[in-house]
Amino acid sequence: MSSTPVTGKGSARQGGARAGRPHAAWVLPGVLFFTFFAVAPMALAVYLSFTKWNGLGDPQPVGLDNWRRLLSDDRLIQSLTITVLLTVVSWAFQTVVSLLLGVWAAGRQRNRAILSAIFFVPFLLSSTAIALLFYALLDPNFGIIRQDTLGSTKGAFLAIVFVGGWQFIPFHTLIYQGGARQIPEVLYQAAAIDGAGRYRQFFSITLPQLRNTATTSSVLMIVGSLTYFETVLILTQGGPGTDTAILPYLMYEAGFKSYDFGYASAIATFLVVAATALSLLLVRLTGFGSMRSTREGM
Amino acid sequence: METYSRRWFLGAAGATTLASAVGLTACGSSGGSGSSGTLTAFVYGDDAVKVQVKSVNRFNASAAAKKAGGKIKLEKVPGADYPAKLRTAMGSPNAPDIFFNWGGGSIKAYKDAGQLLDLTDILTSDSALKDGFLPSVISAGGLSGHNYGVPMRGMQPVILFYNKTLFAEHKLTAPTTWDQLLDINAKLKKAKITPFALGGKDIWPELMWLEYLTDRIGGPAVFDKIKNGDTSGWGDPAVLKAAQTVKQLIDDGAFGKGFSSVAYTNGGAPAVFAKGKAAMHLMGSWEYSTQLGKFPDFAKKDLGWCAFPTVEGGAGDIRNVVGNPTNYWSVNAHTGNKDAAIAFLRDSASKTYASELVANGDIPTTSNAEALLDKSPNPEFAKFQYQMVQQAPSFTLSWDQAVDPDVSTPMLTEINKLFVGQSTPEQFVSAVKGLK
Repeated sequence: MSSTPVTGKGSARQGGARAGRPHAAWVLPGVLFFTFFAVAPMALAVYLSFTKWNGLGDPQPVGLDNWRRLLSDDRLIQSLTITVLLTVVSWAFQTVVSLLLGVWAAGRQRNRAILSAIFFVPFLLSSTAIALLFYALLDPNFGIIRQDTLGSTKGAFLAIVFVGGWQFIPFHTLIYQGGARQIPEVLYQAAAIDGAGRYRQFFSITLPQLRNTATTSSVLMIVGSLTYFETVLILTQGGPGTDTAILPYLMYEAGFKSYDFGYASAIATFLVVAATALSLLLVRLTGFGSMRSTREGM
Repeated sequence: METYSRRWFLGAAGATTLASAVGLTACGSSGGSGSSGTLTAFVYGDDAVKVQVKSVNRFNASAAAKKAGGKIKLEKVPGADYPAKLRTAMGSPNAPDIFFNWGGGSIKAYKDAGQLLDLTDILTSDSALKDGFLPSVISAGGLSGHNYGVPMRGMQPVILFYNKTLFAEHKLTAPTTWDQLLDINAKLKKAKITPFALGGKDIWPELMWLEYLTDRIGGPAVFDKIKNGDTSGWGDPAVLKAAQTVKQLIDDGAFGKGFSSVAYTNGGAPAVFAKGKAAMHLMGSWEYSTQLGKFPDFAKKDLGWCAFPTVEGGAGDIRNVVGNPTNYWSVNAHTGNKDAAIAFLRDSASKTYASELVANGDIPTTSNAEALLDKSPNPEFAKFQYQMVQQAPSFTLSWDQAVDPDVSTPMLTEINKLFVGQSTPEQFVSAVKGLK
């Protein structure tokens, strides 16, 4: 900052108001959009969570009924456990695979470029189509894997993790690929002169240099997992029994199957609060907010 | 007007929040009744909808439509989305004037909100509608003695279907008692054939087993009590016995491996049955037209049918039927043109309409239906079904349609837990007793 010439500041001032910060009106479209499509519906969901409403007529205020019910609902605990488990396992699975794939794809070889393009295809498909495809492949009578995969608790859970990974790994691979390409070649050259092998280079240069990339990718994965829905709806409908009923599915069931929009809104509000808290926590813990350069002193 | 717009705002915004939070596109309702005299009719958009399409075209061209000054615009809503889309639309100013439904619990919320036109008087006095339908079918769709619906599709009793060819190969005959059924199961399993196809992923096919077993063991009074809001009815020993009987079947492997991830709606269970992997299938009468569409050879040559067997010592008559009596048209109480709506409903009682249902493989619930059945694609099956319903001492509406959606959703979850082995019959009973 100290190197900024004093005249720079002066010239900005001389340019007058027009050359300074953009006019406040510029943020208007964004603010309006966010207000109407995010803030207002969220506020309404909070309001509805204090009412009983089946979608017809006026919502009836019921005070804290829905919230009391939510806190004493056995299914909430179960659902929360499944959601957390799904988030953690998905994160671990997707991070490991996309890190390795991404670093591999960062190489400039031609075959890598072609294969990377092919690997990216699943991300372009709709999640509904992907879920339907895997549902057909897992059919116990006519599918490829003729096991009762989706009928067992473990099988259904792992199927959801796998299908989610299949869809989102390409995206995270792309993030890691970009991150890996940013690492200056000189670091590797220096390491090679010092006699570091491939693995040593990966763990001592690539991994530390990808710290910020990993944080970005992880935050996206974790917040994404919390709102994961279509795959569960199509593959298992929360089953067997209630074993894969994650929070968003529980909310859907309360709202669009039981028509209990008050209770569904309570779950939705809970989900918003939990997801916001979690992402804030992640940002704090990982130092994402005050992201420091991994290349200090270079 | 002010409350209306507030409701709409809440409805739209509420649906948007929930839908967007889960990544769905909120489905706004389209159509709606304008001042142009066009009435909107929502209908379940499956293969059978062609009969309603013809009915609407016929009505729109008729003198009755001109006289009443209204035309119908048919809105075909794809199957699985139907109940949710109807609910969203009914909470908005674009509510349909006429809508398809399952009667009973499926329309209770609309009745409570004052959105249903009471058709009781019209059904007893209108010259075209009175005597038009089987009385048991009209009353099965009603609520506490009032009628809100005019039957508009075929009857849908649940029937035990079996593969005649497989049965002949293994020298089996259709069971009339539970012991015979168990005997057949044992023989089929020895021959490495799964006794029953079951689309457990949809859960309602699992429900059919409990419905029939409860009826055969305890008689129709057991569920009647539950339906009328007395949850202590779940404590009836017949419910526990039915759950235990189901449990024995499952433990015995009667439904084969993986039944809980096989669905009916995507054609999984019908394929298992048609390809001879399973020998029997407990299903609504629509199984016939499903098979005729997907596996016509199987439907014509191999498909047999019989009533659900009696259980030794049970109170239920073998002639008792469970299932959906039919589907109904109901009229929105706020419709702009009541006369046109009722004039349109009269078409469902006409002989032409009934003949078109018959040609589609359906059995109309009109009183003149029997004479038309010779024209059915399969007169033998048609007559079996018609007589089954006509002679039934009781017709129990499918449990999930008979009770409110906020009870039926957790009820179906509990049934699924019983079938996949997550709860014991005793746990099942205590869980459903707690539903209210």
